[in-house]
Amino acid sequence: MSGFMGHEPDGKPGQPKTVKEWIFTLDHKVIGIWYLIGAIASFVVAGLAASAMRLELGSVGPDLTEDGNVYNLWLTMHGAVMILGFQIPALLGFVANWAVPVMIGAKDMAFPRVNALSVWLLWSGILLALANLVIPDSYNGMWTGYPPYSLTENVGNTALYSLVVIVLGMSSVFGAVNLACTVAFMRAKGMGWFQMPMTPWCVFAANIIQLIFVPVLAASVLLLSLDRYLGFGFYNPEVGGDVLLYQNLFWFYSHPAVYVILLPFMGVMFEIFSTSARNMVFNYKMTVWAVMSFIPVAADVWVHHAYVAGLPNWLRLLQTFTTLLISLPFGLLMLSLAGTLYRGSIRYTGPMYWAVGAFFMLIIGALTGIPNALTAVDYGISDSYVIMSHFHYVMAVSGAMATFAGVFYWFPKLTGRMANEAMTKLTAVGFFVGMNIVMGPLYFAGIEGMPRRYMDYQQFADNATIVGAQHWSTIGLYITFISALLTIVTWLHGAIAGKKATANPWGSQGLEFTATAVIPGQGNFPTPVEVAPDWHPYNYENNPKPTFAPHPGAAAAH
Amino acid sequence: MKIKSLLHKAVGVLATVTLLPSLAHAFQMEKAHRADYMGLTPHAHWDEVWHETMLDITVIGVIFTVVSVAFMIIYRRKGHGERGHLPKLSPQARIGWVVIPCMLFLGDDLYLYVKGFDLHNHMREVPANASEVKLTGAMWSWTYENEQGVETYDELRVPVGKPVVLRMQSDDVVHSHYMNKYRVTEDLMPGRVTYQWFMPDEVGTSVVTCREYCGENHSRMYGKIIVMTQADYDAWVASELGNASDAIPAASKEVAAHAAADEAQNI
Repeated sequence: MSGFMGHEPDGKPGQPKTVKEWIFTLDHKVIGIWYLIGAIASFVVAGLAASAMRLELGSVGPDLTEDGNVYNLWLTMHGAVMILGFQIPALLGFVANWAVPVMIGAKDMAFPRVNALSVWLLWSGILLALANLVIPDSYNGMWTGYPPYSLTENVGNTALYSLVVIVLGMSSVFGAVNLACTVAFMRAKGMGWFQMPMTPWCVFAANIIQLIFVPVLAASVLLLSLDRYLGFGFYNPEVGGDVLLYQNLFWFYSHPAVYVILLPFMGVMFEIFSTSARNMVFNYKMTVWAVMSFIPVAADVWVHHAYVAGLPNWLRLLQTFTTLLISLPFGLLMLSLAGTLYRGSIRYTGPMYWAVGAFFMLIIGALTGIPNALTAVDYGISDSYVIMSHFHYVMAVSGAMATFAGVFYWFPKLTGRMANEAMTKLTAVGFFVGMNIVMGPLYFAGIEGMPRRYMDYQQFADNATIVGAQHWSTIGLYITFISALLTIVTWLHGAIAGKKATANPWGSQGLEFTATAVIPGQGNFPTPVEVAPDWHPYNYENNPKPTFAPHPGAAAAH
Repeated sequence: MKIKSLLHKAVGVLATVTLLPSLAHAFQMEKAHRADYMGLTPHAHWDEVWHETMLDITVIGVIFTVVSVAFMIIYRRKGHGERGHLPKLSPQARIGWVVIPCMLFLGDDLYLYVKGFDLHNHMREVPANASEVKLTGAMWSWTYENEQGVETYDELRVPVGKPVVLRMQSDDVVHSHYMNKYRVTEDLMPGRVTYQWFMPDEVGTSVVTCREYCGENHSRMYGKIIVMTQADYDAWVASELGNASDAIPAASKEVAAHAAADEAQNI
C-alpha cells in the first residue's frame, strides 16, 4: 500500500466479524450490503415468477397451469417484487447507502440508526411480500391494486398489499430523508455541490421525488383497506366514492417512481462511462440541472396512465403535452452520456459491457415511449404488449443491467476481490441478447393487438405474428435465465475465490476509489477527507489528490 | 461574466417561448379544416399517425445509435495511461448544448403532438348520425344492447357503413373494451358512463378483448364484432325480435344498404 492513502494495514475489508455485528450494524456499508442481498433475493423470486409466466405463454393453451388465479399470483409477484423489492432497494438502498456516502467523502449516513431502521423495514416488507406465496387467500390484484377489483373477494388479501406498500413506503421515506441530509450536510470538506459525482446527484433528486410522492401512495393504499374492511367507500361509487380517485392518487406517485428508478441507474451509467472513457461528463453542470428538472416534470404526467379511463378530453391532451416534455431533460441526459464518450479513451471493462447494454436498451425503451405518450395513438395500443415491451426496455431491463453494472463496478470495494472479467462480459452479452429476444418480438405482438396480463391468447391463435412472437420470446427466456444465473454465480465466485483487487482497478477519480484502499469498517476514512477547490470526480488531467485532516495526536498526516 | 451568462439564459428562454404559438395553433385550429379528415375512417387515420410516429422514432433512434456506436468504436483506448480529451465548453456552448437540443426535441414533440391532437379529436368526437349501443361489462362477459333493444353477449352485430357509439359501464370492476380492428380502447367502470365510437367500414368479423386486468378469467373475456350488410342486419334484428311481419321487403333493403354506404362515404 506504499504511497497510497489507504489505512487498512492488512488490506482486508473491515467487515463485521460476528453475526450479531452483522445484524445490529449501524455501518452504512453493511446496511448497503443488506439492501443488496434483499434486492438480489427479490430479483431471484420475481425472475422465477417471470420465467413461469413466460413458459405458460410459450404456446396457445395451458402449458404449466390452467388456473387463472395461479397465473395472476405469479404476475402480481413479478411486478410488485421487481419494483418494490428489487429495483428501488437496489438503487435507493444499495447504491444510495453503500456508495453515495463514500463517494462524497462522508464518514457515514447522517442518521445511522434511522438507516438501520430503513433496512429492517425493507426486510420486513420483503418477508411480508413473500408470505403472499404461502397464505391461503394470496393477493392477486397486481402491484397497481386497482379498485373495485381490489375491494372484491376475488382479489385475496388486500390488507397484506396495503401493509407491504406502507412498510416499504416508510422504509423509503426514512431512507430519503437520511440520504438527502447526508448529501446536503455531510460532503467532504471543500466539496461544493458541483463537485459531486453524478450518482449522488441522481440519488438526491430521486429521494426528493420519494419525499414528495410516497406519502400519497401510502395514503391511497391505506384508504383501500379502509374501504375493503371497514366499508368507508372512498373508491366505492355506490356510496358516493369514485374508482378514478385511486388511479389518480396511485399514479401521482407511481409515475414519478419511474424516475426514482431511472435517475439513480443513469447516475451509475455516468460513473462507468466517465471512468471507462477517462473523460469528463459532457456538459456536467447542465446535466446536473437536467437531473434536477426531472422533479417538476415528473409531477405532472400521471394521467398518461389513465388515457383510456374516461377522464375529460382536455385533460388527456394537456397531459400528452406534459408527458412529451419529459423528452427534454431525458434527451439531455442521453446526449450527455453519448457526449462523455466523445474523444474519450474507452476501455471496455466488465462493468462497461453492462453499462453499454443498458445504454442501448435505454435508447429503444425511451423512443418506444413516444407513441404511448400520444393519447390518440395510445387508444390503439393501450394496455397491450406494446406498453409492456416499452417499460421492460426503459425501466426493467436497462435498470437491471445498469444496477448489475454498478454491482460489478463497486465489486472490488464491496468484497476486496475482483469478479471474473470474462464471465462478467459473457453474462452482459447473454443478458442483453436474451432480453432483446424476450422483449423485441413482443412489441410486434402488441401492435397486432395482444393485451398484457393475459395467461392465454386463444382469440389470437390464428395470428402468426402473435404466436410466433410468444414462441421466440420463450426461447429468449432460456438465454436470459442462464445469463442471470451465471451472473449470480460470478458474484459468488468472485466474493469467495476471486483474485485480490487492487485499490483502483478502473482508474476512477472518485473518492471511493482514491481515498480508501479497501473500504474499512465504520467511519470510511481514517480522518476527514478534504478536497481542493479544483478537484473534480471526472477530472482525469492533473486532478489534485484528496487529502486528509491530520490524525488527532499525530505529528504529521501519513 | 455573471451578467453574460444570465443573458444567455434569457436568450434561451425567449427562443423556447417562440415555439409556444405553434402549440396555441394546435389548440385553436378551426374545426372546419379537419371536419372530414380527408375521408379517412378513424382507424385508417390511426394507422397513418402510427406509421408517421414509428418512422419519426426510428429515424431518431438510428441517428443516435449510429453516432453512439461510432464513438464507441473510434474512441477505444489505444495505449496505457491515455485519457480522454473532451473539449472544454465555453459558457455559450454549454447553454447552446442545452437550448438547441431542447428546441429540436420540443419541435419534434410538437410535430407529433399536433398529429396526435387531430387524431384525438377524430377518435373522440362522435358523428351525429352514430347509432347508440349500450354496453355493460361484467366479470367476465360483454352485454350489448342495440337501438332496437336486441341484447347480445360477447358479440356485437352492426350494419356496415354507419358509425356506432358505445355507451359503456361496468357492473363490477374496471374492464376495458378494446376493438382490435378499430384501434380504440376505453375503460368501463361502475359509477361512470364512458364512450367510444368506431366506423365499421367493411363486412367481416374482428376481435374484442378486455384490456384492464379484471381477475381470474381476464384473458378469457373476449368477444367479436360482426359487421353485416344492412340487409343481413335488418333480417337478423327482425328474427331476434321474433317479429317477421316487420321485416323490410328485399328491394327496399337494397336501397337502404346503398343509402347507408353513401352516407358512410360522407363521414
